[in-house]
Amino acid sequence: MNKIVTRRTLHETVTLMEVEAPYIARKAKAGQFIILRIDEEGERIPLTIAGTDQEKGTVTIIFQKVGATTQRLDCLNENDFLLDFVGPLGTPSEIDEWKGKKVAVIGGGLGVAIAYPQAKALHEAGADVDIIVGFRNASLFILVDELEVACNNLYVVTDDGSNGNKGFTTTALQEQINAGVKYDCVIAIGPMAMMRAVCNMTKPLGIPTVVSMNPIMIDGTGMCGGCRVTVGGETKFACVDGPDFDGHLVDWDEAISRSRMYKKEEQLSTEKHSCNLMDVELQTKRGGN
Amino acid sequence: MPNMRMTKLPAREQDPNVRNKNFFEVSQGYDEEMAIDEAKRCLNCKHKPCVAGCPVNVRIPEFIQLVTEGKFMEAYDVIRSTNALPAVCGRVCPQETQCEEKCVRGIKGEPVAIGRLERFVADYAMAHGAKSAIPQPDNGKKVAIVGGGPAGLTCAGDLRKLGYEVTIYEALHTPGGVLVYGIPEFRLPKQLVRDEIKTLQDIGVKIETNMVIGRTITMDELFEEEHYDAVFIGSGAGLPRFQKIPGENLNGVYSANEFLTRINLMKAYTFPETDTPIQVGKNVAVVGGGNVAMDAARSAKRLGAENVYIIYRRSEAEMPARVEEVHHAKEEGIIFKMLTNPTEILGDETGHVNGMTCVEMELGEPDASGRRRPVVKPGSEHPVDVNTVVIAIGNSPNPLIKNTTPGLETQKWGGIIVNEESGKTSREHVYAGGDTVTGAATVILAMGAGKTAAKAIHEELSQNL
Repeated sequence: MNKIVTRRTLHETVTLMEVEAPYIARKAKAGQFIILRIDEEGERIPLTIAGTDQEKGTVTIIFQKVGATTQRLDCLNENDFLLDFVGPLGTPSEIDEWKGKKVAVIGGGLGVAIAYPQAKALHEAGADVDIIVGFRNASLFILVDELEVACNNLYVVTDDGSNGNKGFTTTALQEQINAGVKYDCVIAIGPMAMMRAVCNMTKPLGIPTVVSMNPIMIDGTGMCGGCRVTVGGETKFACVDGPDFDGHLVDWDEAISRSRMYKKEEQLSTEKHSCNLMDVELQTKRGGN
Repeated sequence: MPNMRMTKLPAREQDPNVRNKNFFEVSQGYDEEMAIDEAKRCLNCKHKPCVAGCPVNVRIPEFIQLVTEGKFMEAYDVIRSTNALPAVCGRVCPQETQCEEKCVRGIKGEPVAIGRLERFVADYAMAHGAKSAIPQPDNGKKVAIVGGGPAGLTCAGDLRKLGYEVTIYEALHTPGGVLVYGIPEFRLPKQLVRDEIKTLQDIGVKIETNMVIGRTITMDELFEEEHYDAVFIGSGAGLPRFQKIPGENLNGVYSANEFLTRINLMKAYTFPETDTPIQVGKNVAVVGGGNVAMDAARSAKRLGAENVYIIYRRSEAEMPARVEEVHHAKEEGIIFKMLTNPTEILGDETGHVNGMTCVEMELGEPDASGRRRPVVKPGSEHPVDVNTVVIAIGNSPNPLIKNTTPGLETQKWGGIIVNEESGKTSREHVYAGGDTVTGAATVILAMGAGKTAAKAIHEELSQNL
């Protein structure tokens, strides 16, 4: 059982939680993830670690209400408990390799939550970090203040231009490259369509590009093989071989198709968990925040 | 006078056409009268060949004699003194190649139904409040067990009884290993596994779930920071193998591990009551011929598949699955396509399986395993209509501990190298046993290895008690 010590609504659909997990807090490195289960009936879902506080012994997770489990997770409050919380899983991201090098960390939407700890680790390790993040609109911003201090240059773009800077992350990256910035490495974290678009852009330019995959998995230790990703023609398990991979070698069509495998079931499950009554109850409990 | 009937008394079973639609246990075992009747077939041989056939040396004739006298609780104590999980073993041990194979009654006729008797005694005792053995006083030494499967549970139980402080570190949210994620409810009810594990917890074995050794805590930290005197690794063979044929990553292709874990551990058969889904199409192909393949096929049938195929590249005679499992599968309507091997899995435009290409095989000369090597029959390519494919061709040891434990020597294929007599590894105070050493094998062999290691750990640690 792991206690939720902080719960903060970042915006309508994205929530931050700090969860008591001292062993994991002590060990976690950028790029690693945890698997949680809310209760006996719950499924196991992987979430990338967004930060840790070793003194408090907590692990930060940031999630978007996209399906049944994240919706149920969002219903929990401070001082509630999660039944299971295991990690840190996965191979940590390469950080030291980029010391003294010019790196662009690109985050899209919720991916920003994962891009942030990576950028921070790189920045602290002495890499020259540019961060490029994109959101659909300015009301969906998360972690912008934190990002500001984790890099040398921060570029924030919106699909609709509501922050006065219209464009996609790829557009912003292109602008930097056009302006003569030479990146030794690009790290792209976000929706698969975005990661693929970044890879398509950097491949012809020969800029090494690392992506963070977040496929469906159960155990997270290599046992189920549900998280298979084809990388350079070889089957890899994202949970143990990843989640970071060479983005130029990922079979994106397959990865996108695999991420959609349970779409129908997810809908069924989400409908079951999202009755109006529950929403009303929650509003009252939280004093309508 | 012994009962000289030539055949085993059959156990009560659910009708095949009823049970292939539910997840309740197939076999209902013996009642008291049946158990006594079958027990009387035992000749109580002086040389006890059956005991030598048991990896944990259950004193078989002794417990069976007690059954003939109706002393079921006493019989249980005899079994429990060497076997930590009797209700499990009575159900899933391959008795036909172990104790029962050695039974003198089997020379002319069928051997005594030792497995069914063990199961009866365990179920009876657990229903009638069997007391756990009282462990010896704490001896001040600590042992960590990596993995809460059959090997780890056995090792833990034996060491705890000797007075060691024992903690099992389990990576999943529930201890039991393959007993909870792999073997289906209809063959091994999970409540029973929980009860068996509780008898270990009752004597003081501690279990820490959600602890991945190598990640949450490393082997070095177990010694340096948690101050364990010895560690036993029983982390199993958890890495599923695939065939490396085109189409294996299509949606609707599962490893047997994933398929069975979704069903058994995550209870996907009650979706959407529980949150974990599973997809089972109208036609399901299970590739492989072991017990895991049988479990997957029979589960698929229960989840509503119309046609379930076992696709195996050799003939039925070479199939590693237990005869009883094959028999049960056939009774339940599983279709056996022998001497057949898939060469490609085909998908539709959404990336989901919609067919499979197979070739026919014939048996050639024996290979390294002693079984005749299957070779492709030229021009035998043919389509098989399937919507779900389960790959059940085996597992490799999980490399996580090997990769995070300096000085731990392993075989090329990943198995941890140990001294067979003791389970001792190349690392000081570190022992290992079960599938992580042998590659995928049986529950009882893993239990035997856990027992061997417990004895060796005791020998090492009791020197300076």
